[in-house]
Amino acid sequence: MLANYGYSDGSGTYYITLDTDKCNGCGDCVTACPQQMFLVEPDDYDDDKVVIKEAMRKDVKYLCAPCKPTAGPRELPCEATCAPGAIVHSW
Amino acid sequence: MAEQKPEFWRWHEYTWRDEGKNWKDYEMITAGVDIGSVSSKAAVMVDGELYSYSLYRTGSSSPDSAHKAMQGCLEGTGMTIDDIKFIVGTGYGRVNVPFAHKTVTEIACHARGANSMNAGVRTILDMGGQDCKAILCDERGKVQQFLMNDKCAAGTGRGMEVVSDLLSVPIGDIGPLSLGVNREPPPVSSTCVVFAKTEAVGLLREGFDVAEVLAAYCAAMAHRVVTLIQRVGVQKEFAITGGISKNSGVVKRIEKELGVEAVEIAPDAQLAGAIGAANFAKDLLAKQMARAGG
Ligand code: SF4
Ligand code: SF4
Repeated sequence: MLANYGYSDGSGTYYITLDTDKCNGCGDCVTACPQQMFLVEPDDYDDDKVVIKEAMRKDVKYLCAPCKPTAGPRELPCEATCAPGAIVHSW
Repeated sequence: MAEQKPEFWRWHEYTWRDEGKNWKDYEMITAGVDIGSVSSKAAVMVDGELYSYSLYRTGSSSPDSAHKAMQGCLEGTGMTIDDIKFIVGTGYGRVNVPFAHKTVTEIACHARGANSMNAGVRTILDMGGQDCKAILCDERGKVQQFLMNDKCAAGTGRGMEVVSDLLSVPIGDIGPLSLGVNREPPPVSSTCVVFAKTEAVGLLREGFDVAEVLAAYCAAMAHRVVTLIQRVGVQKEFAITGGISKNSGVVKRIEKELGVEAVEIAPDAQLAGAIGAANFAKDLLAKQMARAGG
């Protein structure tokens, strides 16, 4: 499943897409994210899968801003740490 | 004493039961309870067939609303809550269904419910009381992708209730009225639909009539959710669930903008979450029985 968390507003579209078919529940992103936005918990089918914490879904643009240089190459801690490649940012 | 203002926003609460069935003839009695921010729904299934359901307004206490919805399904049947072998809670208030054996997200329940009500359904737009979600599912109703807008309460039932009250139009009349206009005011602020009070009043002052303001509101709501759904893409069949599915003024405008017609999901698209939850309950009960038997 592709779970899209975030929003679009007047300034743009901000979604973090988590691919639960790729996610193995390792929890590496939980420790890698400086804002502690990730959580691994049992999903509807009782498999441990990653989610973005509910209270943070409204603020991904601001919470992730420190990780995102406005120019030059960027490597996001979350995307870089996830071996199966389950995390993708839309912006 | 001051005369009480009519409650224009009030929509129809009801219960239904299949009089042709005696629940005692069935083995697997399961239920789903969907506590939304605006409405509370429950559905009881016997061996996977719908037996009874209820739809009420959510009160200030989620557990009380859950009891009321459940009671609505049981009334007059002789069935008690202890006769139900597995209950799944879902919705915004799902953690507050005290008698549920398990909770399942409303995303999974809406997909499962809509797909079980019409097997062709692959895309679900759930327009509930305070949020709106676009969901893609497979042929078994399992979620493949979902997206919601967590920022703005776009296309929500609560907003529609506010408008109904503000303009003194019964909520059930908004759709038809909004479709009868010859001209529509310019689309209202596209980033936030919580414009209800100020912008609606502004439009009235500019000389637009009530129906035209409703048209502008429905159009703005439709446009917001269309951009949401276009991000996941529409696969046929397309269904709209949740309270707003009953507002033709919004539904027709979504269909027009998307170029896809929404299929009918009987008996009531507002029950999709509860019916999906009852389906999950049936599967979970079957698993439990298999474990106990083996
Ligand atoms: S690092 Fe990747 S695989 Fe591990 S829990 Fe996070 S999303 Fe899942
Ligand atoms: S970009 Fe940074 S703050 Fe945002 S989710 Fe990734 S690691 Fe966390």
